Amino acid sequence: MTEIQTLVKDLAQSHGRSRESLLPILQGIIEKDRFISEYAMIEVAKELDISTAEVYGTASFYSFLDTEKRGKYVIRVCKTITCAMKGKNQILLALEDTLKINLGETTPDKKFSILETNCLGWCHKAPAMLINDDVYTELTPEMVRQIIEDYRKREA
Amino acid sequence: MGKKQLRRMDLIFANDEDFRDILKQTLARPNEEIIEDMISSGLKGRGGAGFPTGLKWKLTAEEKAKNKYIICNADEGEPGTFKDREILTQVSYKVLAGMAVCAKITGAKEGFIYLRGEYKFLVPLLNQELDKFHSACSELGLKFNVKIFMGSGAYICGEESALMESMEGRRGEPRNKPPFPTVKGYRGCPTVINNVETLAHTFTIFKYGPRKFRDLGVQDSRGSKLFSVSGDTPTPGIYELELGMTVQDFVDDFGDGDTKAVQVGGASGFLVPRKRFKETAIGYQGKLTGISLPTGGSMMIYNSSRSMYNVLNNYLDFFQEESCGQCTPCRVGCQQLVKGVDAVKRGDKPTAYLDKLLKLTDTMKFTAKCGLGQSVANSFQSIVENFREEMIY
Repeated sequence: MTEIQTLVKDLAQSHGRSRESLLPILQGIIEKDRFISEYAMIEVAKELDISTAEVYGTASFYSFLDTEKRGKYVIRVCKTITCAMKGKNQILLALEDTLKINLGETTPDKKFSILETNCLGWCHKAPAMLINDDVYTELTPEMVRQIIEDYRKREA
Repeated sequence: MGKKQLRRMDLIFANDEDFRDILKQTLARPNEEIIEDMISSGLKGRGGAGFPTGLKWKLTAEEKAKNKYIICNADEGEPGTFKDREILTQVSYKVLAGMAVCAKITGAKEGFIYLRGEYKFLVPLLNQELDKFHSACSELGLKFNVKIFMGSGAYICGEESALMESMEGRRGEPRNKPPFPTVKGYRGCPTVINNVETLAHTFTIFKYGPRKFRDLGVQDSRGSKLFSVSGDTPTPGIYELELGMTVQDFVDDFGDGDTKAVQVGGASGFLVPRKRFKETAIGYQGKLTGISLPTGGSMMIYNSSRSMYNVLNNYLDFFQEESCGQCTPCRVGCQQLVKGVDAVKRGDKPTAYLDKLLKLTDTMKFTAKCGLGQSVANSFQSIVENFREEMIY
């Protein structure tokens, strides 16, 4: 069995094989791989005995269920109004500059991806961003550089 | 400048150590009595739609069905809203107590907290609270189990029927209503779905009785409410205030002295320009003097340095992305609005094109399937009508 087959089987084992388990299973794949490959979707469809189109249709609806390959750390910068007013663009520039990639791209070492997202619910502490599930608020360009530096050290 | 300070309340975040006793006493009371209290308190849904909570519980209790469900809607996604996260962080036991009493009244055995993906970091804390809650339930002899269901980044899933679709493993596309969830909700069974804050308020009513709640606020808008304050303000944060204040009172207290407009109720709410501050009140539709705006509590303050064109553009971009795409008025409407305001700004379209766009939002209001498409008109019309020159020049 391939790694993804094992993962999907394990997830189906713990969440069940009904249609209602689809989201928790897809979320489990994201937690491990940060994206859901076509191959993973086929495995999920087999496991739940539904069509792959149903799996893709559901996955592609949700912005956190990426179907494109992403880095190990997915950075989502909030772009909704208060964060936009409080300097989101500077945060984005600092990220692009530090990681040497553009918005929407992944670093060549597959460690980081930069994305934008809608309101994260931290408007009183704007600007805000998520790195995977962790929240960072009241950001400045300097802080952003430091945060990325810390993640890099962790990886080294 | 003697600034009038609005009265701060401290009911929701007050730490009630007697939580188990209150829950025990309430569970021992007859169902009819609790429902009567809920109705007479005047509590309405705090997610923004404002449906009377007691009535919702009563309707579900009256349904005859083998399975019923209680769902706590924690898919707080409206731009400018962040109060529910704080409730779940600080006093989730009140929310769970509300769910337990509702379960007892309706006969539901299972409950869910639908938590937005952006708040996943809360899961370990909530699981701890759920353990405590489940042991309290079994001690009190109540068979009721609550699980967390995670969202995955879709604003529309805050709409109750879309949320249920999502829980059933599908795309979060809203259903036709009726039937309403009280009759046919999750898994086709009668379901009570309440906002986090609504459930937290029910605990206040259990503890102090309906009078204390009803004595707060005005006319059809009873009780206190959490407001999420952000934007151009020296004091952003979460505040519990009485319903019924005017926008002027709010701005005097929270503005930076240069407030140009306030967005009440997030991107799907209304923009109130300075000239309307005095005549606009915050509450549900009722007979207040002037205009009364319902709200989920999002208050975004803009000062005179802000371009209202940029604000509108940001909202429209949000709606275009978050529209589920199921119904044409919303899907195509949002796209056309984004293109349209841009074309007018660039001079590619005559200024009169704004009137066509206004008519388009009217069409969306009447023909879109759910609240998302219907409410795009709120911010669009209130911004374009009040700041037309900023859309053009």
